[in-house]
Amino acid sequence: MRETPCHVSRDEALIFERSHPGRAAYSLPPLDVPTVPLETWIEARFLRPDPVAGLPEVSEVDVIRHFTRLSRWNYAVDVGMYPLGSCTMKYNPKMNDQAARLEGFALHHPLTPEELSQGSLDVLKMLEELLCEITGMVAGCLQPAAGAHGELTGLLLIRACLEARGDPRRKVLIPDSAHGTNPASAAICGYSVQTIPSNERGLIDLDALRRAADRDLAALMLTNPNTLGLFEEEIEEITRIVHEAGGLVYMDGANMNALVGIARPGDMGVDVIHLNVHKTFSTPHGGGGPGAGPVLVTAELEPFLPVPRIVRRADGRLALDYDRPYSIGRVRAFYGNFGVLVRGLSYILTMGPEGLREVAETAVLNANYLAHHLKDTYEIAYPGPVMHEVVFSDKRQRAYGVRNVDIAKRLIDYGFHPPTMSFPLIVPGALMVEPTETECREELDLFIAAMKAIDRECRENPELVRTAPHRTRLGRLDEVAAARHPVLRWRPQASPSRAEAPPDGAPSERIGSSES
Amino acid sequence: MATYPEDCLYTREHEWIRVEDDTGVIGITDYAQEALGDIVYVELPSVGDHFSQGEPFGNVESVKAVSELYMPVSGEILEINEDLAESPQLVNEDPYGDGWMVKIALSDPTELETLMSASEYEAYVREEKEK
Amino acid sequence: MRYIPNSPEERAEMLREIGYSTIEQLFRPIPERFRLKGPLRLPPARSEVEVLAFFRELAARNAAATEYALFLGAGAYHHFIPSVVDALISRAEFATVYTPYQPEIAQGTLQALFEYQTLICQLTGMEVANASLYDGSTALAEAVLMAERVTRRREILLARSVHPEYRQVIATYTRAFDVTLRLLEYDPETGGIDLRAVTPSAKTAALIVQSPNFFGVIEDIAALAERAHEVGALLIVAITEPISLGLLRPPGELGADIVVGEGQSFGLPLSFGGPYLGIFATRERFVRQMPGRIIGQAFDQQGRRGFVMTLATREQYIRREKATSNICTSQELCAIMAAIYLSTMGPRGLREVAEQNAQKAAYLAREIARQSGFRLRFSGSHFNEFVIQSEWPVALVLDRLRERKILGGLPLEPYYPELRECLLVCVTEMIPRSMMETYLQVLDEL
Repeated sequence: MRETPCHVSRDEALIFERSHPGRAAYSLPPLDVPTVPLETWIEARFLRPDPVAGLPEVSEVDVIRHFTRLSRWNYAVDVGMYPLGSCTMKYNPKMNDQAARLEGFALHHPLTPEELSQGSLDVLKMLEELLCEITGMVAGCLQPAAGAHGELTGLLLIRACLEARGDPRRKVLIPDSAHGTNPASAAICGYSVQTIPSNERGLIDLDALRRAADRDLAALMLTNPNTLGLFEEEIEEITRIVHEAGGLVYMDGANMNALVGIARPGDMGVDVIHLNVHKTFSTPHGGGGPGAGPVLVTAELEPFLPVPRIVRRADGRLALDYDRPYSIGRVRAFYGNFGVLVRGLSYILTMGPEGLREVAETAVLNANYLAHHLKDTYEIAYPGPVMHEVVFSDKRQRAYGVRNVDIAKRLIDYGFHPPTMSFPLIVPGALMVEPTETECREELDLFIAAMKAIDRECRENPELVRTAPHRTRLGRLDEVAAARHPVLRWRPQASPSRAEAPPDGAPSERIGSSES
Repeated sequence: MATYPEDCLYTREHEWIRVEDDTGVIGITDYAQEALGDIVYVELPSVGDHFSQGEPFGNVESVKAVSELYMPVSGEILEINEDLAESPQLVNEDPYGDGWMVKIALSDPTELETLMSASEYEAYVREEKEK
Repeated sequence: MRYIPNSPEERAEMLREIGYSTIEQLFRPIPERFRLKGPLRLPPARSEVEVLAFFRELAARNAAATEYALFLGAGAYHHFIPSVVDALISRAEFATVYTPYQPEIAQGTLQALFEYQTLICQLTGMEVANASLYDGSTALAEAVLMAERVTRRREILLARSVHPEYRQVIATYTRAFDVTLRLLEYDPETGGIDLRAVTPSAKTAALIVQSPNFFGVIEDIAALAERAHEVGALLIVAITEPISLGLLRPPGELGADIVVGEGQSFGLPLSFGGPYLGIFATRERFVRQMPGRIIGQAFDQQGRRGFVMTLATREQYIRREKATSNICTSQELCAIMAAIYLSTMGPRGLREVAEQNAQKAAYLAREIARQSGFRLRFSGSHFNEFVIQSEWPVALVLDRLRERKILGGLPLEPYYPELRECLLVCVTEMIPRSMMETYLQVLDEL
């Protein structure tokens, strides 16, 4: 018998380690056609002699127990506050899942003839139109599967547009506070990246922008509100500078939760914007996907949108239009993450215009509430009225030898998901907190109390904070050893038993964590 | 306390070079390895590659950061430190010895004059820290 | 609003507490002229009953697999999905979490993804796999960019028998690069790549094939790998129907350098084209050039095993414009669905479902070819899809089938003008024999 040092659900093996020859969890109906030797259909040299080696042999009960146990090791929005800045971890309404799971959608093949796909096409068309109204743009594409995919699409649109103007340019400007996907997307689109510094208030330095806005400027990628949670107050001047230099303005809509129903990027001179349906429009993040990153554009950019476009024919029928000579082409197969888009539409229809405005108002109120109650405890690098999120830092706690990562890990012990720390790069030791509108006052107060308690611990017992978390199944994991000698898959025997020491000897002292 | 051997010359990007005749051994300084933290991977060029002074010739990675390596002087790669593939921690443990990165044939020894001596580099590092 | 917990009174109190009298004041940083004066022109808020009724009505206007027999494949397949898949991924602890940045409270996602990576390696015969990309088409485009990084060459040989939409995505992704795409013809007899047309050179970064290809024909991967490797190019194999791996020799064993795939067949619903699952696997020596999230094993100070995101220095949030890809998230929940599906099927279940697909397709192909006016277009090996050529206009054939609640296949002429009156037909384990007999009867009655 195996010894169980703790409850088995805290010590679940890999599914492969649970495999027992002869167990099975599948059922299939009997084959109902006359069979032929497979070799008459598939040349023998293409066939594998045996079933796939290594796949686990487990029962249905084993599968359910295994994955249910694993799931319990995750912290989730449905468990508690998840203030991961810039990720907008709001509540994911359950009825949206219900809508996406309707069989007429879930069992609808993407290559079904158009006349038999009117329901799904209507979902897409309607969502595109509503997102245009929300952002103040004129047309859009729902294909991108995520925000970064939307950035790629948007920049390719800008590239195509500038080429069509006969004025291709090579430079994309990105503020130093931006998320890492912005420069990476620009590079994939063949652009060189120039960083624009922030001024002492954390906003774009207009003089630096003016100097950089030359004849080679293709686009400015702007996140607004920016990653400090601050609205770019000079937005009108910013878009004017870029346009006068002959460039276009791309807006990263990651922080649209602060603006929805309040103001529209299209009215501010933005030429292209992507939205994150999994942020602003409440669809589940799924552990890092699937999301959706629709792109909305002005009339000038509309001809370049990916194919197919969904159009309404004279008889009212919806159709897929591939005849678009200026299109940049497809950015993925089929029409996008349809199941996610259904959820987003369901959310918009549920909220209505007043509801969406309330979302932004409450999200901004909650962030300001946290800023107000914590500003005397934690440094705010760029103070000012914040929008949907607030960036604290570990500046004061550093005096006690405690860093942002330690504070984050200690928050886990208090029952909260930690904030974002890996950016903005201009705030050393950043703790980017985004509460969203779906946190109630008691939860916010608990978070404030936890942050204050941790600050006290930093002064009175910093070691307690530096070695956190203390209440999780595992302690901090040695990421250095994991990166030096990567083990990226299970192999028979090669996997050491849980009691054995790590292969790299003593765990390293420098164990950190990373995030968004 | 970081150390800077007298027999090396230094760059502003924190590489060192130790020259004997027309060949040089190159690595990163004690200060650099300390700033980077635990090195998990070193990407080096191939033998026979040629680089000009100041050109990037590889990368050094910690868990959360990547730094480019820049050539102190122009030259051709004669040898790379194969041990770093298995044991990147050598850069942390012995940056001027077993943690060396490449050996090169110098193409223009006069470029050495643009580099810093140990005492100059030490002063430079002090300034960097104060920033 | 039921998703906003604080009542209007509580919100007003909080506002006062932090020193504001109106909510408008919080938005002062937004210039007055940009602040909306009235509500957005959106439909008014509706109740759950109304919204769900609205979607039910829309869903009913689609010809879905509930009502129709789908003989449609071409990159999206109607397979059986065990109930356990939906039950497990509906758990909020999987669905309502984000990227596992904090491993101590994300071991569920991390371990499941580590298992997924292992399963993909086992299936493809490759050494390493990432934690997934968006879908098959974007995974293939990422593979092209990776081949360019690995070889520093700029020519891509792309089989015309690769899914046409995948080829369009490659064209879009490489727009900004100085990459030459050369198309490789298929053999008009066999439907496989015409090996004589495969002439890579020292400039070739990669040879890209799909197997089974868009016509359902299985390619000779070993021979293609040899061609690619002779000139130092990579062989990229795309798989849109991964159930085939239950029966076919894995591309890794046959010399593929990168294997990408569409994982939808592994427990994901058709869902009008997404969300799907981009499979990506390669050789260990290329791991630092691989795009996307990678999960690795790690230990805590007590020596307990856990899992973390690793080799992150390849990624955009550290390397920014020098990253291997701009991808930030992937399709983690879909990858977990695939892991649950594959654990449920196991080695024997996967083999059996693959065999059923092949046998059923073989049966229908054989019987259609017996009908006068119809023939099997290609002579190569097939899995669960095949092309039939009709002496009747395919539009007519499809109309007649549709009257019997059958979506009979995909006309190929829009994609391949030379394949006139050709239909791509797919048979999965979800098609009972009775529907095949109806199909044959319709053809017989023409």
